[in-house]
Amino acid sequence: MAAATGTGPGMGRIAYLVFCAAVFLFLVAPILVIIPLSFNAEPYFTFTEGMLRLDSEAYSLRWYREIVENEAWRGSMVNSLVIGVSATVLATVLGTLAALGLASPGVPARRAIMGILISPMVTPVIIAAAGMFFFYSDLGLGQTHLGIILAHATLGVPFVVVTVTATLAAFDRNLTRAAASLGAGPWTAFRRVQLPLIAPGVISGALFAFAVSFDEVVVVLFMGGVEQRTIPRQMWSGIREQISPAILAVATFLIVFAALLLLTVEWLRRRGGGQQ
Amino acid sequence: MTGARQPRRYSAGPGSGARLRAFGLVTPLLLFVGVTFIAPLVTMLVRSVHDPVVADALPETVSLLHDWNGEGLPPEPVYAAAARELNQAREDRTLGQVAGRVNRVQSGMRSVFTRTARALEDIEAGPWRDVFSGINEAWNDPATWHAIKSTGQRFTARHYLNAVDMQRLPDGSVTRQPEERRIYLRLFWRTLLVSSAITFLCLLLGYPIAHLIAQAPPRRANLLLVLVLVPFWTSLLVRTTAWIVLLQTQGVINDLLVTLGLIGDDGRLAMIYNMTGTIVAMTHVLLPFMVLPLYSVMRTIPRDHMNAAASLGATPRQAFLRVYWPQSLPGVGAGSLLVFILAIGFYITPALVGGSDGQLISGMIAYHMQTSLNWGLAGALGGVLLLGVLVLYVLYDRLVGVERMGLS
Repeated sequence: MAAATGTGPGMGRIAYLVFCAAVFLFLVAPILVIIPLSFNAEPYFTFTEGMLRLDSEAYSLRWYREIVENEAWRGSMVNSLVIGVSATVLATVLGTLAALGLASPGVPARRAIMGILISPMVTPVIIAAAGMFFFYSDLGLGQTHLGIILAHATLGVPFVVVTVTATLAAFDRNLTRAAASLGAGPWTAFRRVQLPLIAPGVISGALFAFAVSFDEVVVVLFMGGVEQRTIPRQMWSGIREQISPAILAVATFLIVFAALLLLTVEWLRRRGGGQQ
Repeated sequence: MTGARQPRRYSAGPGSGARLRAFGLVTPLLLFVGVTFIAPLVTMLVRSVHDPVVADALPETVSLLHDWNGEGLPPEPVYAAAARELNQAREDRTLGQVAGRVNRVQSGMRSVFTRTARALEDIEAGPWRDVFSGINEAWNDPATWHAIKSTGQRFTARHYLNAVDMQRLPDGSVTRQPEERRIYLRLFWRTLLVSSAITFLCLLLGYPIAHLIAQAPPRRANLLLVLVLVPFWTSLLVRTTAWIVLLQTQGVINDLLVTLGLIGDDGRLAMIYNMTGTIVAMTHVLLPFMVLPLYSVMRTIPRDHMNAAASLGATPRQAFLRVYWPQSLPGVGAGSLLVFILAIGFYITPALVGGSDGQLISGMIAYHMQTSLNWGLAGALGGVLLLGVLVLYVLYDRLVGVERMGLS
């Protein structure tokens, strides 16, 4: 780029960099603003004068205390974890197996199958949730943990399939052949050779699937009862009904959690699940 | 599985054993997705054309009305059947549902039905036509009977007609709804328009930063990429909350503008709970889905091309327009299509920050699912939206391939 623009940064180049900086600010700033506001001592959604003066009186942990002491939030935390982990296990096992199958040569109708498996990712959740509401209620799965786990697993499946497929694309099939020629059965070859090499991809897929379930609200809204309230469901009513800075405390927790997930996935990716 | 130990299988290419194994690996998930996802969608679509409530509750009335020529009022046997079956429906507690269905076609019918059924309780014998007209004037109006006849059909295109602002008249002809009832086409249109605007905004904001990341040295590129991925991984509800905090009347941005003296305290801007809120928040939410596909294409454009163009005398502008931009088009297509697909079905953000004029078609589906309980219409609106998404999805598969759905 420097060669193209000649000597020194021209006005155009500066404008371009300023614009990019503004876009990055647009992406990240709204999320970062939440964090200090969650320590607000007052029940406001904005910076008080005291906060701007960095007066320690203006900051407090009251909203965090409120969350921890609140029965409903604690319950929703447990629900989110139970549902998220179960849905992730289901999506990861089934999704990894399917990706392995789809990666082997000569699978009939590969493209169509892939299309079906990935469709939950783009289908508007409102439509999926409406259909699930009817269908799961007919099966007696309305307002049950199981119903929501199955629904969330389905929504997480595309992420597992996509991630594991990408990892398998970079996997050298000669390694399996080598294992076989050395007398390993298919299962041994898979477990001892292939699985360790694709593990980063599988774990990334699992983390994606978990993030999907952990953030899902529409299905829970349609299918869940009081017993199935998850964190996002709890936030949803918080935002709609009695908006209080306690929401910001939960949001801060979720931001930290998201950052940890992101760093883990990036670390796995760089450790090379075979991907560049 | 007994012969599977033989290494031959691995070198023999896609033999029947390998195919069978591949099939065995894929089948569980296909079945799972079929039951937990495809079947629910089918159920919803069936509900949008199939509604047996009235036909089940008033079988004889409906079947007699079927033979009625539709002129004037129906003959006495229809009234007699209606008297018996309305009474039965009241006892079975299905009357409310039946009345609700007919009410959607002919408003005011809900109370007519409940009042009539209650009055019929004490009446032993006909002539039923006189009895009915004595209970309520509405029974002297042929439109009432047309409404029962039309809702008595088990399979109906009514909801789909309704979803595109059309209706079927008693004589069977299809016309547009009266002006004041045309709401859905306008909403579909608004959804397309807003989604296009958001896609364009994402492209406008996303293209330069994708370019910057693609040009940056690896270490810095990774850092900048993380800045794009942070919002991607952060909970949608958190991001939406963030925009409420920033944009609301007593929010951070308004406070800042007042403090700076740019606006008066009474002139605070309404930036949320309207279409502005929907567009700003959705652009923020969907921007990573534009940047990632753009970046993955731009990364593959060799730097030499721009240098070559420059050394051949092209200005930076010419080099960009004639060399770089055409090569980045696959990314532009992939990103735009993905953002557009996700935008037209978006529900959560418009529902939380859109107020009354920032709602999209998804909000209407939710309204009919949860508030009006007109599930047939919700299904039909969902069916139309689903068709649109499906077309775009197939297009995406043709152009990009679904397995490359932009992630990291």
